[in-house]
Amino acid sequence: MSTTATSRAPAKTKFGGTLYRGREGMWSWVAHRITGVLTFFFLFAHVLDTALVRVSPESYDTVIATYKNPFVNLMEIGLVGAVLYHALNGLRIVAVDFWSRGPRLQRQMLWLIVAVWVLVMVPGAFFMFKHSFEVLFGSK
Amino acid sequence: MTSVAERPAVTPVDAPVSRPVEVKIRRYNPEVSEDVTWVTYTVEAFPTDRVLNLLMKIKGEQDGTLTFRRSCAHGVCGSDAMRINGVNRLACKVLMKDLPDRLTIEPIKGLPVEKDLVVDMEPFFEAYRAVKPFLITGGNEPSKEWLQSQADRDRFDDTTKCILCAACTTSCPVFWTDGSYFGPAAIVNAHRFIFDSRDQGAEERLEILNDREGVWRCRTTFNCTEACPRGIQITKAIAEVKQALLFRRV
Repeated sequence: MSTTATSRAPAKTKFGGTLYRGREGMWSWVAHRITGVLTFFFLFAHVLDTALVRVSPESYDTVIATYKNPFVNLMEIGLVGAVLYHALNGLRIVAVDFWSRGPRLQRQMLWLIVAVWVLVMVPGAFFMFKHSFEVLFGSK
Repeated sequence: MTSVAERPAVTPVDAPVSRPVEVKIRRYNPEVSEDVTWVTYTVEAFPTDRVLNLLMKIKGEQDGTLTFRRSCAHGVCGSDAMRINGVNRLACKVLMKDLPDRLTIEPIKGLPVEKDLVVDMEPFFEAYRAVKPFLITGGNEPSKEWLQSQADRDRFDDTTKCILCAACTTSCPVFWTDGSYFGPAAIVNAHRFIFDSRDQGAEERLEILNDREGVWRCRTTFNCTEACPRGIQITKAIAEVKQALLFRRV
């Protein structure tokens, strides 16, 4: 019935401590941030490579050719997933802010958009990866 | 014909059984060391014990240096908000029957820790004072009672329940990283007056909350609503203030 264990950690940060165990609302916000940043970086590269067509159409074709491999294909699927989540959750947040019943139904709305996300992504990923699969494992 | 009133059958109640609980507490005492230490105490807990009982048991029987705030111990004064197993709770309102055998207790996040579980509440109260949490009226003093309809009273009923424990504000990810954000509690208390039909300071308060660090910082993570020991629908209240600002309709 006494002190059994003591561990030391430097007070590096002002606050520190364990991770806050927020629920769906907090994690949906974390995912919203991550997907938002990912989409931003894609758009950054996308604007650059598309602008290249005005400078040199040949270089543009070379750059686009480097995208035609299964790895970039996987990244494209990730991009679609990120944009889709960000868009759907954005609609949920609009409902939370402007619909009087929104705050009460926020959790249900999150599961609804997750369901829609899965329903779109499962066939979407299948058709998007179909070509890469054929390239990787023959038949084309 | 008389009959003895039948007594209800007495079912024997089992005596409550205690269990040993490991309580891991984040300790910090700048007078001794700048280092944070995690100290684990083992205490016997009954299902009817609250976390506060365990803390008082530790302080009374094992380690008198343990420091925490508590006053009424009945969920009214709002002194003992702390992070229990990762979420903000009032230690006096959480029963041990609802908790596992291992507890992790930390001070609420986002306010400077002074010692152990005691934080500096001044930034929190500063934000509270900034929204003018008092009745503002103009013109002549009313000569009779100021009546209010039930519907008008219900408009802000939820936000009158706040006890200023800071559980909501210190559960907010925006507040952790940006201490100048007013925080949910200040907005809740602004809401309480903004939507009071007797109050005339709504415009003034809305203007204060229209600030960059005001109501627009809210990212609707619902951590505040989950943390509130009074069950106030905080995110909803904040959304109502946002709408009042957008449409200038109280």
